[in-house]
Amino acid sequence: MSFVLTCPNCGTREVTDFGFGGEVSARPASKPPQRELNRYIYFRRNVAGPQREWWVHRSGCRQWFLAERDTRTNEVLWTARPEEAP
Amino acid sequence: MSRLPQREGQRIDRSRPLGFSFDGKPRQGFAGDTIASALYADGQRVFSRSFKYHRKRGEICGCGQCANSLVTVDGAPGVRACAEPLADGMAVEHQNAWPSLEFDLMAATDRFGSRLTPPGFYYKTFIKPRRLWPYYERVLRRAAGLGRLPRRQAERGWETEYRRRHCDVAVIGGGVAGLAAALRAAELGADVVLCDEDIEPGGLLLAEGAHEQARDLAARCEEAGVEILSRASALGYFDGLVAIWQGDTLHQVRADRHVAATGAIEQPLIFPGNDLPGVMLSGGALRLAALYAVSPGESVVVSTCERRGLENALLLHNLGVSVAAVADLRREGDEELCDSLRAAGIEVLRGTTAVGASGRGQLAKVTLAAVDARGRAQGHPREIVCDCLAVCGGAAPASSLLLQAGARAGYEPGANRFLPGEFPPGVNGAGAVIGNEDPASALLSGSLAGAESALALGFGGAEDRARAEDERGRLEAATASPSPCLAPPALATDGRSEKAFVDLDEDVTAKDVAYAAAEGYDSIELSKRYTTATMGPSQGRFSQLAAVRALAEDTGLTLGEVGLTTARPPWTPVPLGALAGRPFEPAKRSALHGRHREAGAVVKWAGDWRRAYDYGDPAAEALAVQDDAGLIDVSTLGKLIVRGPEAGELLDRLYPNRMSTLKPGRIRYGILTSEAGRITDDGTVCRLDEETFYVTTTSSGAAAVEQWFSWWQADWRLDASITDVTQGVAAMNLAGPRARQILAELTELDCSNEAFPYLDGQHGEVAGVPCLLLRIGFVGEVGYELHCPAPNARALWDAIAARGARPFGLEPQRILRLQKHHILVGQDTDSESTPYGAALGWAVKLDKEQDFIGRWALEAKAESEPPTALVGFVCPGGEVPSEGAAVVEAGVVTGQVTSSRRSPKLGQSIGLAMVPPAAARDGARIVISDRGQRIEATVQTAPFYDPEGEVLRS
Repeated sequence: MSFVLTCPNCGTREVTDFGFGGEVSARPASKPPQRELNRYIYFRRNVAGPQREWWVHRSGCRQWFLAERDTRTNEVLWTARPEEAP
Repeated sequence: MSRLPQREGQRIDRSRPLGFSFDGKPRQGFAGDTIASALYADGQRVFSRSFKYHRKRGEICGCGQCANSLVTVDGAPGVRACAEPLADGMAVEHQNAWPSLEFDLMAATDRFGSRLTPPGFYYKTFIKPRRLWPYYERVLRRAAGLGRLPRRQAERGWETEYRRRHCDVAVIGGGVAGLAAALRAAELGADVVLCDEDIEPGGLLLAEGAHEQARDLAARCEEAGVEILSRASALGYFDGLVAIWQGDTLHQVRADRHVAATGAIEQPLIFPGNDLPGVMLSGGALRLAALYAVSPGESVVVSTCERRGLENALLLHNLGVSVAAVADLRREGDEELCDSLRAAGIEVLRGTTAVGASGRGQLAKVTLAAVDARGRAQGHPREIVCDCLAVCGGAAPASSLLLQAGARAGYEPGANRFLPGEFPPGVNGAGAVIGNEDPASALLSGSLAGAESALALGFGGAEDRARAEDERGRLEAATASPSPCLAPPALATDGRSEKAFVDLDEDVTAKDVAYAAAEGYDSIELSKRYTTATMGPSQGRFSQLAAVRALAEDTGLTLGEVGLTTARPPWTPVPLGALAGRPFEPAKRSALHGRHREAGAVVKWAGDWRRAYDYGDPAAEALAVQDDAGLIDVSTLGKLIVRGPEAGELLDRLYPNRMSTLKPGRIRYGILTSEAGRITDDGTVCRLDEETFYVTTTSSGAAAVEQWFSWWQADWRLDASITDVTQGVAAMNLAGPRARQILAELTELDCSNEAFPYLDGQHGEVAGVPCLLLRIGFVGEVGYELHCPAPNARALWDAIAARGARPFGLEPQRILRLQKHHILVGQDTDSESTPYGAALGWAVKLDKEQDFIGRWALEAKAESEPPTALVGFVCPGGEVPSEGAAVVEAGVVTGQVTSSRRSPKLGQSIGLAMVPPAAARDGARIVISDRGQRIEATVQTAPFYDPEGEVLRS
């Protein structure tokens, strides 16, 4: 695996500069039934295609940001600060 | 030492002789020589013995592409003699021969054993009896392999730098095409990196008499801002990243566009005796003569099946090499060139090829003949006495990088080559690798690829586009009528029994490939694995096409149907050390590290940190803390400042207990859990003021906790900030019965228990150093954690130590905390541990109204009994079980020991263990199985020392 990501603060860097936070999943607003809770904790959609995900610029500004990446090609469609994400 | 007359373009400097040794004997070369050229000039024709049959092998390519010239230099094996510049005083040794290069006992395999050692022989032969395998293995290991690593290695002196380079266009290959591509792209404004394997860029131009053009192109590239990496091998193409190994640097070049100008590799001819020293590629012979002024032989015969061989023969002649005859498999074509050769007094034998070579360990005679379609000699063979046969069996495009990038190779019968096509977006080929071999079309092809790359990135304008179109037209015209090529036979032979090698690296013969095909290994991928052809250090550079041809011959398929094997990195053999990088262990050292060293501390790794493990006597250090006063460096603790109007809210959402209710100046212990309710870290939180919290984490968890906090904060966006002050703030824990007295002597603060009670945090000066003092008791005695600016830490440490507090290390701290049942996350917990299973249920406040991470999972866990419980145990027999030893019940493993120590204070062997809930009661007997030893222990749920915490609060 090798590609570049654009940190919204620092600019374009190798992927090895970053930490991966996995696909974005919304935390339920209140306690869900056990089955849904297990799904939230343990299951991921793991899509083959564009996926919204968390990244942290570990070796840089250490800020978390959102990215959309095509999991098949590693093409990064966009990156943005959480508050600015489309 | 004989050299050819001095000419322009030679690399050697005759005014600077260099001395070196080969197998202990002194030799001489010149500055600019490679090891191989110097040896060759000195009359040495054999450099090493082959992999399997231990046959003598000599120079082939003259540019570091084959395994024939692998030698050991100054103890390091596997150095490519024909690419390694000679240095004064080098100690060069042969490889793969014992007792000597001239007389090698293992060569018996060649004479007698080859019938017994067909492909796969070891799978078949050494199966039974099985118990003898270790013996077989020893013999085989001695027999096989290339070179030998020294038994004792010096302390690793090799340090590889990793360098990352982003650019617009990366050009791989510094021949005429690569230089032209780089130059054009750079002139259009692109940022270009070019890498080339050779000592200087120029490729074939250098040997073919066009060194001025090469140097001019390189100079213009430099001028245009191209970064040229010489002696730099592109190892592979990884999703747009090209790894380039250059001496002590591993470049990771990422470019928007790639131009592979990797050239084509001249191919050998397959005939009996084709591995004799003296048989080499025509390009190899030319390199020796043109670059190093070394004549490849007294009398040279050339055997070719295309134009290049004729050209090289003429170039050799012009350089003063005596060329006796040229055999050209083609009956017609390139008549002018043939006429020039004849005019030079060189006999030209059209329609013939080499069908055999003989000599005792060195070429003495070559047999040339016409051959039929299957390669059998026809008519009257011609025998010519010579000591060098320069062969040209066509060329194989060095398309590995292109294929790795996703291009496909198809066989072009007209060109007699597998040519890459269907390039992925952003990747171009230029020059010989795509079939544009002659210098003029290679130049055009390179320039065009450079222009296309730069134009695609938005550089240049309409004019440049037009010029590129014009170049495309000229290139098409120039390559419209190529010189005819004739595919050489898979094996040309006059019927003699000598071995004809398809792969010199691995000692695979044409017969071996046929044998494998007959056994059913009739696909190229299977044949490769069974015969090991193309699997040697040269990665099939000289053997893949021959192996494909041999298999096609044996199976009746076409070359296109047989196809190529998958191209995989690395393309060039690379020392593992270069890939492993420099010993990059980012050691973190606390501000007090020097003090620990001076005090004779045993320093060990603890995560990223170098920590004082003890100062020589852990038991005495632990006792000192309990009986008097001790001082430990705890700067490694993670330290975060969480500040803002909603800081309390943030912490409430992250910790299972209440942090927002903390009063300023008070401290609370807290654990962190994942959403699944598993313990991830623990530490203390001190509220400094209404809006500011000082959070400590475990030493190893600091980075993860900061990331965890900021991740949730990125999602929630509460009005709070998180600042990691771990590196800037030093901390030390002063603990013991006399700790208060020592502290009181150093500060104006009221240290009485009333004014500064347990779990209080206060600001104050200690020994003149501004500190945050946290009264916490990890070690179980009255203790003050002093956090201060790192630069002041030494002064503070010295002042406290001067008052008699004994420095203690990590090990005594572990004894002390174990006496108190204070857990270490990661030691006494694992990834499955919940607070309930780790005796930390009290730290979870499910009655708090606030939602927090892990709450929902913990609510479910709280309702059921945890599968294991963490309890203390005492071993009445005094044994100290290993950490990780099993807790067993009726022969079944039911738990494990997580911590164990001998407590000097209590005179007992104590520990913590995960046990079944049924055993989690005082007095329960458990059995520990420790490496076959059975240890009985008694459960004790309360801390071993000061169970009520009276000492701590006093």
